[in-house]
Amino acid sequence: MKTAYALLMRSSFSRFKVKRYKPLALIGFIGLAVIVLLTIIGPFIVPNDPFTANMAERLAAPSLSYPLGTDHMGRCIFSRLVIGSQTTLGITAIVVATVILIGIPLGLLSGYIGGRFDSFMMRMADGFIALPEFILAIAIAGFLGPSLFNLMIAVVLVKWISYTRVVRSIVLSEREKEYILAARVGGSSTWRIITKHLLPQVISPVLVLATLDIGKVILIISSLSYLGLGAQPPAPEWGAMLNDGRPYFQTIPELMIYPGMAIFLVVLSCNLIGEGLRDKLDVKSI
Amino acid sequence: MFSIIKRRLLQLVFVVFVLSLFTFGLMKLAPGDPVMTILNADEMMVTEADQTKLRSELGFDQPIYVQYGQWVLGVVQLDLGKSYVTGKPVINEMAERMPITAQLTAGALLVMVSISVPLGIISARYPGKWPDQISRILALIGASIPSFWLGLMLIYFFAFKLQLLPTTGIGSFSHMILPSFSLGFSLSAVYARLLRAGLLESLSEDYIQAARARGVKEGRILWFHAFRAALLPVITVFGLSIGSMLGGAVVIEILFSWPGLGSMVIDAIFSRDYPVIQGYVLLTGVLVVVVNLLVDLSYYWIDPRIKQKEEGTT
Repeated sequence: MKTAYALLMRSSFSRFKVKRYKPLALIGFIGLAVIVLLTIIGPFIVPNDPFTANMAERLAAPSLSYPLGTDHMGRCIFSRLVIGSQTTLGITAIVVATVILIGIPLGLLSGYIGGRFDSFMMRMADGFIALPEFILAIAIAGFLGPSLFNLMIAVVLVKWISYTRVVRSIVLSEREKEYILAARVGGSSTWRIITKHLLPQVISPVLVLATLDIGKVILIISSLSYLGLGAQPPAPEWGAMLNDGRPYFQTIPELMIYPGMAIFLVVLSCNLIGEGLRDKLDVKSI
Repeated sequence: MFSIIKRRLLQLVFVVFVLSLFTFGLMKLAPGDPVMTILNADEMMVTEADQTKLRSELGFDQPIYVQYGQWVLGVVQLDLGKSYVTGKPVINEMAERMPITAQLTAGALLVMVSISVPLGIISARYPGKWPDQISRILALIGASIPSFWLGLMLIYFFAFKLQLLPTTGIGSFSHMILPSFSLGFSLSAVYARLLRAGLLESLSEDYIQAARARGVKEGRILWFHAFRAALLPVITVFGLSIGSMLGGAVVIEILFSWPGLGSMVIDAIFSRDYPVIQGYVLLTGVLVVVVNLLVDLSYYWIDPRIKQKEEGTT
């Protein structure tokens, strides 16, 4: 598996970029900015309470009071979409931040200190990578019970590996360079070398990796919520909304089109930004 | 060559060991008492004596490492325990459902290869031109679209609106089309990009220049000289993505009501049928590790340079 990883790192990505598509990254950035803004001001602008069921108005067509109509319990779809983005984006932000905070220090230590600690970390990583992220999430949701919190634990458990690995591989190649040797000869402590010299080297790759991962994390969270293993009703979450709309799919496809579209647009924006950043920062290893 | 295989096999054993610790540990961490789950399933009065009896029958009164040892011993003999719900051996249940998941995965692979190979080759042949642009945009869409949503939309248009294909279920060839496409589409675009990058990279190598200098035609160079080298990263990613494929199969199976391994594990999660979940996780993990091992070994066959390099250093 090590060979697989090394080869992947070495040869597969983006050494040949014939054209740079900066405008696409800009579109992605604008798209994400709009969505984040909507998420923040959402509670103040939604026309209805996303939790209030109104059975008299169930499955209503779009109207002035319900801009996108109502769902099977008479709740305003537009309000649920806007409030739902808080769940999806909030959870994703927490997960990605946690993963970075775990992955970077472990990668720095593993790469710089090496030895037993390094081989222990890498064997652990090998063990975890055998479990596809989705399956691991299912395992954890399965044994610990379906909930958003367990889902978050699951995603963090899978995602730290790639960060640790990327950081470690950068540290391994930087470690023997002259400026590090010079710092060591000059009497810098290990702590100082790691924080002052090595940490700045890993920031941009980690940034690119994180932006590209945001989309993946959103997809995992919404897929598992769709299966009923993530956000629990009545919480408005896009994947869970898709699940709610499933029985009425044939008559009112809008119930499924809107949340799915929301997921697609957010993930697309993040991917556009991620690709733009990768080109801009010239990160080849991801 | 044999030393490489030996090293990889040792690695495999280690990874499976970690995997077994993980699933066993999670099983022990799981909330609820399995003894009560089994006894309550019969809906009779549960006495203290019944509990103690079943507990010792299941070996739960032993120390934890003995339990682990016994469990591993069972697993090695393909005994994964019995389902709490049906009481049938987990391994039988999985054997019944495995072909269905395999069918779905194979269908998705077929979709993937038939989209990604032509697309990748065309975009490498004309980099920056419109086929290249299209494949880039497809790759972006593929990476951003939730597969279950794609599946839903496909059902809506092809099954409800046009009434061309069946909505859900298994059986005929036409039942396979939508699920395979939903699962295979997102990966196929990614593969096309990888194949393109690999082809472009190998096209700039010396041996390609040499072939050009000898007057070999461009098309032949692409197919015979560069393609083989470009296969490596593609196969690598295939190895790494067999996992996400099996994961994605869970959602697609639920969506299209396919009674495969994925639907099995989701049912098991909602009925807290831990042995089934455990069996599924273990099986999938081992499958992924083995596929990756085979992928690693295939490198030596596809690209002899790697073998020379590794044997030179070790």
